Amino acid sequence: MASAPSKLYADDVSLVVVLVDTNPFFWRASSLSFSQFLSHVLAFLNAILTLNQLNQVVVIATGYNSCNYIFDSSSDLNQSFENGRMPVMCSSLLQKLEEFLIKDEQLSKEVPEGRIKSSLLSGSLSMALCYIQRVFRSGALHPHPRILCLQGSPDGPEQYVAIMNAIFSAQRSMVPIDSCYMGAQNSAFLQQASYITGGVHHKPQHLDGLFQYLMTIFATDLHSRSFLHLPKPVGVDFRASCFCHKNTIDMGYICSVCLSIFCKHHKKCSTCGSVFGQAQSEAASASDKKRKTPET
Amino acid sequence: MTGGHVTKRAKYKTTIKDPGTPGTLRMTLEKILFVPHNPKSAGKLDVEFRFIKGQKHTKEGSNKPPWLNLTNNQNGSFIFEFENYSDLQDCRDFVGKVLAKSGEVSEKPTVTYPDEQLSAAEMELRIKLLQEDSELQTLHKQFVLSGVLTEAEFWATRKKLLDREANKKTKQRLGFKSAMISDIKPSTDGRTNKVTFNLTPEIILQIFAEKPAVHRAFLTYVPNKMSERDFWTKYFRAEYLHSTKNSVAAAAEAAEDEELAVFLKQDDILASESRWKIRRVDPTLDMDADEGDDYTHLPDHGIFRDGSKEVTESENELYRRTLSQDINRHAAVVLEGRAVDVELEDTRSVAEALAQSKQESSTKGESDGDTSRERLGRVSRMTEIEDLQAPNILPLAPLCIKDPRDYFDSQQANALRTSGDALGGTEQIKCSLSSQEVYGSLRQSISVIKAIGLKDPIVKPEVAHQVFDALTQSISTTKYNIGKNPQESVLDRLPKKIKEELLHHWTSILELLRHFWSSYPITTSYLYTKVNRLKDAMSHIYPQLEEIKGSVPSDLRHQVSLLIRPMHQALDAAIQHYEADMQKRSMRSGERPNGYA
Repeated sequence: MASAPSKLYADDVSLVVVLVDTNPFFWRASSLSFSQFLSHVLAFLNAILTLNQLNQVVVIATGYNSCNYIFDSSSDLNQSFENGRMPVMCSSLLQKLEEFLIKDEQLSKEVPEGRIKSSLLSGSLSMALCYIQRVFRSGALHPHPRILCLQGSPDGPEQYVAIMNAIFSAQRSMVPIDSCYMGAQNSAFLQQASYITGGVHHKPQHLDGLFQYLMTIFATDLHSRSFLHLPKPVGVDFRASCFCHKNTIDMGYICSVCLSIFCKHHKKCSTCGSVFGQAQSEAASASDKKRKTPET
Repeated sequence: MTGGHVTKRAKYKTTIKDPGTPGTLRMTLEKILFVPHNPKSAGKLDVEFRFIKGQKHTKEGSNKPPWLNLTNNQNGSFIFEFENYSDLQDCRDFVGKVLAKSGEVSEKPTVTYPDEQLSAAEMELRIKLLQEDSELQTLHKQFVLSGVLTEAEFWATRKKLLDREANKKTKQRLGFKSAMISDIKPSTDGRTNKVTFNLTPEIILQIFAEKPAVHRAFLTYVPNKMSERDFWTKYFRAEYLHSTKNSVAAAAEAAEDEELAVFLKQDDILASESRWKIRRVDPTLDMDADEGDDYTHLPDHGIFRDGSKEVTESENELYRRTLSQDINRHAAVVLEGRAVDVELEDTRSVAEALAQSKQESSTKGESDGDTSRERLGRVSRMTEIEDLQAPNILPLAPLCIKDPRDYFDSQQANALRTSGDALGGTEQIKCSLSSQEVYGSLRQSISVIKAIGLKDPIVKPEVAHQVFDALTQSISTTKYNIGKNPQESVLDRLPKKIKEELLHHWTSILELLRHFWSSYPITTSYLYTKVNRLKDAMSHIYPQLEEIKGSVPSDLRHQVSLLIRPMHQALDAAIQHYEADMQKRSMRSGERPNGYA
């Protein structure tokens, strides 16, 4: 058993961790229905598994109140009653998804109106990265991991810090984050994520052809990307959100010790506790005003 | 030489032929004041040192009277005749001192802000940095020399660079020369019987280090009992007597002149030092000193040829000194290393510095009584090579990062606020339905798909075709415009000159913005002028950027305008802020009642 996999092991073995957005508020308002979306995604997952015998797929659901692992192609627990209409893999996935939604609903509390209904992208990113770390430590022979975000909900600025941390750790582990954004506006977080980690970001124009987008752009393994032309965004929105109010800002104050971003002048940095000096004092002032410009 | 002024009786002559007006000359650090004795005469003079360029004087040995000629900027001269040459000497030294000091000051450009005291070393560092980094040099030329930023402001943000440069300079201390320079030979004047000894501070330092008795004598006798000149004359007389090895003559002269006797006798300080050293030696390990040292001050190391003590010439024993003694002492001093690090200007300072260092080392030696601790200290001292150690980094305050959970707990509270307007119109999913309904609909979708199965076909062919077309189109156009590599930047595809210009503009804009934003809030008038200067400089950059856009070939124009846009936006934001601030100020000043306008 040890020799056979090594012979078959090639550069294009991939582990794809798919983060599926299950924010019910978004799907309610979306032009693409959730069932159509699911059929696109399920067919896509199947296709990935057929591209190479050793490919692996993991699906994590990004819920409104929680996140959880939905499917793991390498585990043997994919037992489900054989349903003649679809492969076993799909039915077990759907089963788990349903259970997840029930649990997620139970966790929801009454939230006042006006809040942006964003899903917990930071949570699912972190879970994906943890899974990938485990794969890294499993041995020398392991597939090349990447993360694919299928997101539709808008960005939640309160998750800025967590998402940036996840992005930087993905960059450090050399895990590309691809993102397919199905919402109406642009997602700054996902653009930054793909830009920083070297992944692909795309916002499909024809949502009913989502499967085609997924197959053309996101199914390619990392090795082949060096000679394939994939769509590139013209510019990236690099705006940050401030640490105090979680507003998206493009001009603010930065602590020169820990680089935390604030929108208003503070006497003390809330992250590292450095005391900011007078505005005009020579060498002692730790606060500097800087501008982050959106590059378009 | 007294402190900051010199007062002498002198005559002031306007020309050489002029007999001169007698009066008092008083020189302070800033100016020269001459007041004639006769209040009615017209020779009063009040000149600031700034205008004095140089000085000339008549030589002492010549037959001319003692004159001092000070030349000023306009090539006029002021001639002062003194009563004797020592007065002339004092004035000359004073003028020389003031001129040297003012020479540094006049080189700095006139700035309204308080001048920083730049040492010559600091100036050198800056010049060196500018020479090494051409980018820094162009920035410096652009801003400092055209008056937009001052030197101080420019270098204020680059302290780290300067520190790094300063530390790069080797801090190794030069040790003593191995050659015995203290054993100097005089130069003789063939005609007369005079010999001249040339003493430099280096030689003097060695003499003091090797002969502590001479050092002590210097500190006690000069300038109270004798002048430095006399001191050295006596010292060299003693040396001469030693070299003749005529101990009888030495004893005779020592009996007459007690100061000379000091130089002729054995060095009792040395003797006591070596005895002290022996008492403190760690006999197991330290070869620092041994019994032989106790006898270095004695001839032949106290070892006698045939075992018998020589009884003769006992009273002249003290006045004998052998070459081996000198050599050993010199070697010991060289190996000890240089203890004095200050600038050696004149004999007095050398003597005092050496005395101070000796004092320090002796107090250090006496303080620790614990022998094991001392031994450990010795071991660590011997293993460290101070010259080669890295420079002392200033102590840093420890960084404490708060518990990250605080963020995520607080996000609940913050997220309740409407952040919709901050995102500038991005969608808010306003849902008037309850969560129950939406979850229910989701679950329904799942049951639908479970019942029906996957869509058939997954994708309609026409839609797929459409998607393909659009993708191909977009990929090929962006590939043409931007390049294959997602991380590749547009800059690399521009011609080199334009790329450099753009980068230069970017760094200069950053520099200006850095100074601009750090000047707010404006509290002093200096900041006000600074901000105005910066704003003018920033508005100059606009047309330059437009020019670049125009000079680029048309297919690259779009990329270049994309690159220039953030620069424009940054400048716009700064100028907007400036104008808003101006408006606020004018409104505030307009509000004041008439009396305070």
